[in-house]
Amino acid sequence: MSGPLDTLAGPVGLSSEALALIACALAALSGVPGLFLPRDGRAGERLSFALVAAAGVAGVTAAGVAFAAPSPRGISLPWAVPGGALEVRVDGLSAMFLAQVFFISTLGAVYALGYWPQAEHRQNGRKLRLFYGLLTAGMGLLVVARNSVLFLAGWEVMALCAFLTITTEDEKPAIREVGYLYLSATRIGTLCLFAMFALLFGATGRFDFDGRGVNAGGPVGTAIFLLALAGFGLKAGLMPLHVWLPGAHASAPTHVSALMSGVLIKMGIYGLARTAAGFAQPPLWWGGVLLALGAVSAVLGVAFAIGQHDIKRLLAYHSVENIGIICMGLGLALVGRAVGHPELVLLGLAGALLHVWNHGLFKALLFFGSGSVIHATGTRELDRLGGLLRRMPATALLFLVGAVAICGLPPLNGFVSELFVFLGLFHAAAARDGRWWIATAFAAPALALVGALALACFVKAFGAVFLGEPRSEDALRAHESPRTMLGPMIALAACCACIGLAPSLVAPALDSAAAVWGVSTGLAAAVPLGRIALAGALLLAAFTLAAAALASRIRRSNAAPTWDCGYAAPGARMQYTSSSFAQMLVDLFGFALLPRERAPRLVGPFPPPAAYHGEVPDATLDRLVLPSLNAAGRAFEALHFIQRGNVQAYLGYILLTLVLLLVWT
Amino acid sequence: MIPRILLLDVAHVAVFLLLPPLLLGVINKTKAAFAGRVGPPLLQPYYDLVKLWRKGSVFSTSTSWVFKAGPVAAVATAAIAALLVPVARHAPLSFEGDAILFAYLFALGRFFTVAAALDTGSAFEGMGGAREATFSSLAEPALFFGLLVLGRISRSLSLVAMLAGGPEGHWPPRTGASLVLVVAALFVVLLVENSRIPFDDPNTHLELTMIHEVMVLDHGGPALGAVLYGASLKLFVLSALVVRIALPYLGADPWIAWGALLMGLLAVAVSIGIVESVMARLRLVHVPSLLVAACLLSGFGIVLLAR
Repeated sequence: MSGPLDTLAGPVGLSSEALALIACALAALSGVPGLFLPRDGRAGERLSFALVAAAGVAGVTAAGVAFAAPSPRGISLPWAVPGGALEVRVDGLSAMFLAQVFFISTLGAVYALGYWPQAEHRQNGRKLRLFYGLLTAGMGLLVVARNSVLFLAGWEVMALCAFLTITTEDEKPAIREVGYLYLSATRIGTLCLFAMFALLFGATGRFDFDGRGVNAGGPVGTAIFLLALAGFGLKAGLMPLHVWLPGAHASAPTHVSALMSGVLIKMGIYGLARTAAGFAQPPLWWGGVLLALGAVSAVLGVAFAIGQHDIKRLLAYHSVENIGIICMGLGLALVGRAVGHPELVLLGLAGALLHVWNHGLFKALLFFGSGSVIHATGTRELDRLGGLLRRMPATALLFLVGAVAICGLPPLNGFVSELFVFLGLFHAAAARDGRWWIATAFAAPALALVGALALACFVKAFGAVFLGEPRSEDALRAHESPRTMLGPMIALAACCACIGLAPSLVAPALDSAAAVWGVSTGLAAAVPLGRIALAGALLLAAFTLAAAALASRIRRSNAAPTWDCGYAAPGARMQYTSSSFAQMLVDLFGFALLPRERAPRLVGPFPPPAAYHGEVPDATLDRLVLPSLNAAGRAFEALHFIQRGNVQAYLGYILLTLVLLLVWT
Repeated sequence: MIPRILLLDVAHVAVFLLLPPLLLGVINKTKAAFAGRVGPPLLQPYYDLVKLWRKGSVFSTSTSWVFKAGPVAAVATAAIAALLVPVARHAPLSFEGDAILFAYLFALGRFFTVAAALDTGSAFEGMGGAREATFSSLAEPALFFGLLVLGRISRSLSLVAMLAGGPEGHWPPRTGASLVLVVAALFVVLLVENSRIPFDDPNTHLELTMIHEVMVLDHGGPALGAVLYGASLKLFVLSALVVRIALPYLGADPWIAWGALLMGLLAVAVSIGIVESVMARLRLVHVPSLLVAACLLSGFGIVLLAR
């Protein structure tokens, strides 16, 4: 487990905790100098990029040091908050998320140099960089915090800065609307977390995650689990708590979307994994519920994705799907704990955590790719794109890598993490002690269905954007992206290929994270990592051989228009669109998607020109959440008089509450 | 000992790479016999492949390298999948979890064939691609329920162990009913994955109801040859899987095991021919219902194991 990182940490002489805190501080300050520099110059954005990059180096190094040698104690300073100290510690679980936060954030900052340059965004460039840095710092802080008050501080910085980055273009009403939806969702989530930590404090007397001593099966344990599921599930976007996610991901600037989808929603997963780690004997239904919610999220997330016309909304629904896959892994690990099968804990946890990394990599890659397309064409509508492969060859190839990876196909990284989850599910199905295995048996076919549907969705997206002929003037005028945008994508694609072709590279990190859950057996003993690598290499060799053979035969070939069953003048408008590609699947899942369409009624032998319109809006949001919120709003109208909108009144309320609490207790 | 294993591996690769077109010949002969015709010679698919391989190519001006990647992926993925099918308790490539790789290899091939179809910009091929993606997604759970049944019986996720039978043997009375359901469901998966009747008609190149054939309308010459060869390889490999489940040979004698496999493959080819001769193609709207039925069938296989 020791490596070059030990020797690196030695001369630097800093513990991983110190490095992590330095990284957070650098990231938090990255946008500040720019505020005092002129709007027109490039100095501000360069300086902010340099600071984020330095934070990235420090953060990733901190994670590497922690993987090599997890520090036993961490940093603990006295603090005025009752029941705890200001405690920071980087163990394997923290390190996995820490590495991801700073890696993706740094790549996003590189991408932003090309995508959101100050010269083109004079109004909001400085604001965006300030909150981007703070968002990164908040996430970095929360994954290393051991004290729950410190954790919540990081959590709130993250939640508020995410709101402020989503609403970068706050002059647009639609963006303000999704921003408020996100803000309401995250407030409710934080409320759940306050209640959860309060219950933990009541049961253990400490403000931390450690649930030892709490009876997991009792009412307090049940309440803690349900509150964690609601609070962290809202952030993660677990269905049906995902309602804020598609709009927010679609409206934010693309590098922020990548950071949100790749990293921010994973903070919910971190919270779940950290809280659950404290319960050594969870009841079986905890894992069962998480497994079932994960399966529902995964299947319906991808089904909704298939119905989308907007490339960023499509990618956002895939986040819901992948969070579902991750939760299936976590649920399996919890089931393993409940029934006393350590190999299920290992496989489920390793699958979930590796998928956290993998999804961060390929989703950021896909968002960057879609950002390049938006940058080049000015549209997010799939049905206005097409034929971009010949105009943006590098972007197309990199997007293809991301698409193959997210479908979980060999030989890329998505396959490896899904294989871990599958192995765990099959182990569970082979158990001979009792009947609990039947509950897990239906998860494997559900995951297979998800993989196949994701394939349909990404073939559709890749085909509609990059293949065929351009469907609009915008697509015709597209151009390749600058190097600052391609560079981060190349780095991400290389990581996807590395993890897929050499999965043993990530085994130490996963072992170190699994140790937090008390798993002592190594991953290398449970999974044939070497054989997976061999299969990947053989597959690449077979592709190369077949390609070489075909290429040797078709060196001399003629060009002609597409044959199209003899029709000699096929036009761009005659192509199959993404909507038509998705139509059969949308109909099949119509019972859950509730698609809307305006189809014209054609009458007579010569009907007039007609238009068709179909869309798949978020059924949970439109039919469940908004109506019930509106009803609640009407019900509470009588209380409206206390909401005066001036700060003095609110401060007065707070003072009054504190006095009452002091008198009461 | 090692040279013997090596010899077996070479034989495995040779059989799996050379025999697939013969399977198509057997199917066509069976269909001809049912129709009262003499039919094309058994080796006709080989002649066709050689002819196509010698031809020149015409590529559409709309297409890019993705169009050529389709046939390449079809051959490469099916060839690697062939390495995973165990015969006589041995496969050239085998590890815990290779059953998942087996399923996902065909998915990888599908990704590129559908992408190649979309690359032409033709509405016909887009339609075929959409159908292929839709129907295959419905077939996937059926396949995985089947794998789950085998995995529970054998307590393994490696095809070698899954098809060798578990500690209790392969077809004992307790598991027999589940395995019958799995074989039936996988036969349906075999038909849909290989675009046979009742899902698709391999003979109709110019009808709007077809799936696989329409995706490759624009491929010609060597590229079409690669597509056809890849399709026959896929049919051979998936048939071999069904045969290995239905005819478990518990010993490790390679002669008997290979003999049983080839006999079984002959039987599958004949039964595909019979199905194609006595059934009409389903209306497209009914295809999903049949696939869901196959999923439920293998789902019942799991439930039966829970007794």
